[in-house]
Amino acid sequence: MMTVTLSHYLILAAVLFSISIAGIVINRKNIIILLMSIELMLLSVNLNFIAFSHYLDDLAGQVFVFFILTVAAAEAAIGLAILVVLFRNKRSINVEDIKELKW
Amino acid sequence: MIETIIFYVFAVATVVSACAVVTVKNPVHATLSLVLTFFTSAVIWMTLEAEFLAISLVLVYVGAVMVLFIFVVMMLDINVARLREGFVRYLPLGLAVAVIMLLLMLSVVTSDIFVLEAGSEPVAKPADYSNTKALGGVLYTEYVFAFEIAAVILLVAIIAAISLTMRKRTQTKYQSPSDQMKVRKSDRLRIVDMPSSEEQ
Repeated sequence: MMTVTLSHYLILAAVLFSISIAGIVINRKNIIILLMSIELMLLSVNLNFIAFSHYLDDLAGQVFVFFILTVAAAEAAIGLAILVVLFRNKRSINVEDIKELKW
Repeated sequence: MIETIIFYVFAVATVVSACAVVTVKNPVHATLSLVLTFFTSAVIWMTLEAEFLAISLVLVYVGAVMVLFIFVVMMLDINVARLREGFVRYLPLGLAVAVIMLLLMLSVVTSDIFVLEAGSEPVAKPADYSNTKALGGVLYTEYVFAFEIAAVILLVAIIAAISLTMRKRTQTKYQSPSDQMKVRKSDRLRIVDMPSSEEQ
């Protein structure tokens, strides 16, 4: 209890991941919150990687976090660009208004 | 001892602000809560001796990505009330999914697999140890191809974001240099042979 072990960090990451899962389900209308929940999910995964990297004394985990951060930044940029184009065309970011591809 | 206190304080702050991200009504407040979550996570990464990544989380994520989020949220004129409908209806389902997933993950991560054997706990690095140097040493040798691919991914993201949001306005008047260069005297100038009206 008094010393922080690997399990503490893994539990924290699991809690963060569950919160973002709940966020995706309860905010399913709002694309911005959905994107933010995905960012939160990536953060919890990164926490796992860094905890293992520290406790197993292997730098590969930190390298992976570096690449995940890169991909997440690219994903956020493209997602927000799509969001801006969507809002410009439909004046709404409600998921229910985006159904052109449904048959 | 002090590390334990720091861990618990910032872990609680992370969880509370993460809850705020998915529950608050105003998207701007949600974005700012996400910024707080990233800050507190950076502190936790710092306690795990990942100094470079903690700083780059603050600089890259809070400094660039979250500012981009805040820009977009403030630019869009969003009807929050319409986006919030269904929140209460989906709340039990969301909580159920989250609790089930949390229990499953906890049953895995609290098992004996992840308990290190006694004596194999990590020792603190010496004061002159540079995490950035160690990470760079691995990144530019062993993972150099993945690093190049990451650079290409960023380039693709730049081009995609610009080409998605760029639009041609129909009202705007453009110059067309190639047409301007191609023009001949005969295209613009017409010599009309007119007899003068007053013949003397």
